[in-house]
Amino acid sequence: MDQATLRFVIQLGIIGLTFFMLINASALLVLAERKVMGFMQQRYGPYLVGPWGLLQPLADIVKLLFKEELRPKDADKWLFTLAPIISVTAAFAAFAAVPWGAETTLFGLLDTPVKLGVADVNVAVLVVFAITSMGVYGIVLAGWSSNSKYSLLGGLRSSAQMISYELAYATALASVIMLAGSLSLREVVDAQNGSWFGFIPKWYVFLQPVGFLIYVIAGVAETNRAPFDFPEAEQELVAGYNTEYSSVRFALFPQAEYINMTTMAAVATDLYLGGWHGIAILDRYGFGWVFFLAKVGFILFTYIWVRWTVPRYRYDQLMQFGWKWLFPAAVLNLIATAAAILYFNV
Amino acid sequence: MSETILFYLFSVVAIVASALVIGQRNPMYSIMLLIASFGALAALYIQLDAPFVAMAQIIVYAGAIMVLFLFVVMLLNAPQEDAAVWDRTHPLRRPGVARFGALLAGLLIVQLVWALVRVNDASTAVNARGDVAAITSVRSVGRVLFTDYMFAFEATSILILVAMVGAVVLAARETAS
Repeated sequence: MDQATLRFVIQLGIIGLTFFMLINASALLVLAERKVMGFMQQRYGPYLVGPWGLLQPLADIVKLLFKEELRPKDADKWLFTLAPIISVTAAFAAFAAVPWGAETTLFGLLDTPVKLGVADVNVAVLVVFAITSMGVYGIVLAGWSSNSKYSLLGGLRSSAQMISYELAYATALASVIMLAGSLSLREVVDAQNGSWFGFIPKWYVFLQPVGFLIYVIAGVAETNRAPFDFPEAEQELVAGYNTEYSSVRFALFPQAEYINMTTMAAVATDLYLGGWHGIAILDRYGFGWVFFLAKVGFILFTYIWVRWTVPRYRYDQLMQFGWKWLFPAAVLNLIATAAAILYFNV
Repeated sequence: MSETILFYLFSVVAIVASALVIGQRNPMYSIMLLIASFGALAALYIQLDAPFVAMAQIIVYAGAIMVLFLFVVMLLNAPQEDAAVWDRTHPLRRPGVARFGALLAGLLIVQLVWALVRVNDASTAVNARGDVAAITSVRSVGRVLFTDYMFAFEATSILILVAMVGAVVLAARETAS
């Protein structure tokens, strides 16, 4: 095989691997959610299917596949089917712009290094932001097309919540973009290489602690997770926007949610936690992605941790918090960052 | 070659989706088709080496404005149009405002044809001015926006602010009464 063909095959392999990892991430998160919850409530969680309950997600999926697929009589036929498809497609597509490893030649197999990640886009931050904001249509349409009041309320809450928190989220992103001077996630990660005084890694989380906090909080609201899980607040709305869904169509919604969580964590890792930079020696031999996975795993664990620790807010509290605290804090952070960049001439 | 195929693919999607937007009786479908049309336009911008414009198109139009449209349609629960009378008469014979709308539509078609005839001159004019770099890179878009087009940029933002204040005033009056 000549270099060009080899390169093409490896590129295809990277795309396939990313897809495979995302599917597995959503399955593992289902299990992790229940395991961590069990651990926090002093019980086992799933442990019967496979060793340590590892095959439990597979059993869940098989169960859902064999359920009867119901559609309410007065539901909108086209949009009811389209909604879960939009959700899951947007979730997968957003990850395409996220790089997850340094350039590598695969131990000298290639003469020019290949970049680990599906696509290297020079406006990657915007791509991720644009495509994740498309995901809201899946939820809103699911709520509207079900022709049920619980679903409609869930859909409306979701869109209001996502619009409110997207502002704070985007403003927090802008501060990092200004520091790095680039919209490319790969360049942002490379700007975080090295260390201060030899032991503090040059991660933006140390320069932007407030921004990081805002990003993570807004991320929880964006992915509709507890304590901000109003679209599916089960004590008020039965199951929210997906009340009328069953079988595979239903399964796609939680899958989209878990993939969105993974994307959120991966982007946080790239922007604030130095991406794949860790111990220099492993970095050099192309094992940086191990650090990347570890950091993403840590953020995801924090998400689950928060979910089973903090109770749900009230809806008006959520809106108050988003507009009166989080968004002004993000704007102040942006102004402070801009002033610091001008003053210190970074 | 593949560029050309993709160009025609996205163009057809954009045109067909836009045409279907006005053909729908259900406003919900119109919104979804309009989003599809915006997506195809964004793809065309990417083909023109303007990824920033493409992403702005998706974030601003498909992501923000259309969600607002969706909100309004859902909350007002806009009924489907009554098709019976409208389908049987020619647009120019419909009453009052509809007739005026049909005339405007005719005018728009004339303008479009005129623009299409002149399109070759216009594209060469842009190339001659050498503004291609200003479209492709975010840095130069920002530079041009905050130097040459500073006044237009600031005027637009004040206009948006005025619209926002107006909306707040209108909404507040409604709750007070």
